[in-house]
Amino acid sequence: MARVFMKGTEAVAEAAVRAGCRFFAGYPITPQNEVPEYLSRRLPEVGGVFIQGESEVASVSMVYGAAAAGTRSMTSSSSPGISLKSEGISYCAAARIPMVYANFARGGPGVGSIQPAQQDYLQATKASGNGGFRMPVLAPATVQEAVDLTVKAFDWADRDRTPVLILADGVIGTMMEPVVLPEMKSDEEVAAIKESKRSWACVGHKLDYAHRSWIEPGQWSTAKMQECNEKAAAMYKAWEKEAMVEEYQLEDAEIVLTAYGISGRIAKSAVNLLRAEGVRAGLIRPITVFPFPAAAYDHIDYGKARAVLDVEMSIPALFVEDVQAAVKGRCPIETCLCSGGNIMSREAVLAAAKKIMEG
Amino acid sequence: METNLCVAGFGGQGIMSLGKFLADATCNSTDKNVTFFPSYGAEQRGGTANCYVVISDGDIGAPLGDVMDDLIVMNGPSLTKFLPTLKKGGALFINSSIVPDQIDRDDVRLVKAPVTELALEMGSAKVLNVIMLGVYVGYTEVIDPAIVWDTIEHKLASKPKLLPLNRQAFEKGLELGRAQR
Repeated sequence: MARVFMKGTEAVAEAAVRAGCRFFAGYPITPQNEVPEYLSRRLPEVGGVFIQGESEVASVSMVYGAAAAGTRSMTSSSSPGISLKSEGISYCAAARIPMVYANFARGGPGVGSIQPAQQDYLQATKASGNGGFRMPVLAPATVQEAVDLTVKAFDWADRDRTPVLILADGVIGTMMEPVVLPEMKSDEEVAAIKESKRSWACVGHKLDYAHRSWIEPGQWSTAKMQECNEKAAAMYKAWEKEAMVEEYQLEDAEIVLTAYGISGRIAKSAVNLLRAEGVRAGLIRPITVFPFPAAAYDHIDYGKARAVLDVEMSIPALFVEDVQAAVKGRCPIETCLCSGGNIMSREAVLAAAKKIMEG
Repeated sequence: METNLCVAGFGGQGIMSLGKFLADATCNSTDKNVTFFPSYGAEQRGGTANCYVVISDGDIGAPLGDVMDDLIVMNGPSLTKFLPTLKKGGALFINSSIVPDQIDRDDVRLVKAPVTELALEMGSAKVLNVIMLGVYVGYTEVIDPAIVWDTIEHKLASKPKLLPLNRQAFEKGLELGRAQR
């Protein structure tokens, strides 16, 4: 396949279509606007449906409905809009509805700023709505990875009947990079995916009580509610072995940078420059931030490592909480942070790393 | 080998198109890594607009670096804002129609092109960015000019009437760029 030069938002949208997504409902917000713009044109071309809802709450509820009817469905937004969608996401998690949504995160809290940020980490990984549910959260560092993870998100959502979040940011969304797009699923494949959900989805059943599908975002019976949560908790536990991570130059590392998403690739370029200057630097870049690849931090040689340097576009540091839990006090953790829509500077990362090594 | 370019001016000068033509041509014709990153305000015209293009043989970290190898400035305020980011020995391309060519650095290579005037002489102020793209490619030879032209031609496929003027603009830029090598 030839590579094409695409913007992150549009590449994610095209990847969704190729993965068989045939329904999208959303509402405008910067910097994710090109997702709905692209799909408003693209989905009708493949027999899909695009709706600009009257609000984020309405849009995510439409996705809940379309996905409950067996169609691969998606929504997207940016930080404040994602907060508004949290009600619908929680309903999807409760009713075990597979759906995919993407957050092209911007500055926060509140309206924040329209420029890129990573201030939504805790919301994304710990509590994307009420009720203590979890879901896979995939954090791409390149446009190509955003494309690949979009396809994975739909497969994961369907396999486990769960919402899946693509946690990107305004840089990944607005930058353009060469990508190789996945194959387009045929109409037959898309129909087969829908048919495979017949056991639970509202795909059209006989008009008798016994064969109806029930989509239930809650339970009247306390015993049944507990049973649902126990099953979900077992699933979350099982996801631990599916954590994805990039480990780079770790073996002899005296300083280990750790970051996800856009900060991850900037940290990696800093590792390369540090190595060129003779500093033994390494990198751990979680690709899934839930499940968190905690085991990767066991691969650090704590006899050699002076510190782990957490790099993130968030003040206060948020990702660092998962890093702390994974490092378990085996070495000091320092931070290199920016916020407000400012993009992480490689020079700042280099300076922070050198300060540790000289200190 | 990695080249960091910043293109800066105001909205309406085709800043984004200039950067995208270059980046797209690199994607189409090489196996190098390339990124394009836009930065602009909420305004459609008149606000500040700048974009970053990184072309690299290896993985690209930030799509906007702290230090620029090349800088194209299309208006006065951009010179003030971005000149400090240009590395020592870097190439500075200025729209000398409206950007003062007395700069307070003697450690950079200055390439001048009066692209606003030239564009008006050609009959459309809009092609100033294509002239400047020609200047940049002609001076740096970062990529084969024929491939850049193919990309422009492809992008303008739906507006064939614009092709001769853009061709003239691109050729003029190449000539000016090559002359200052």
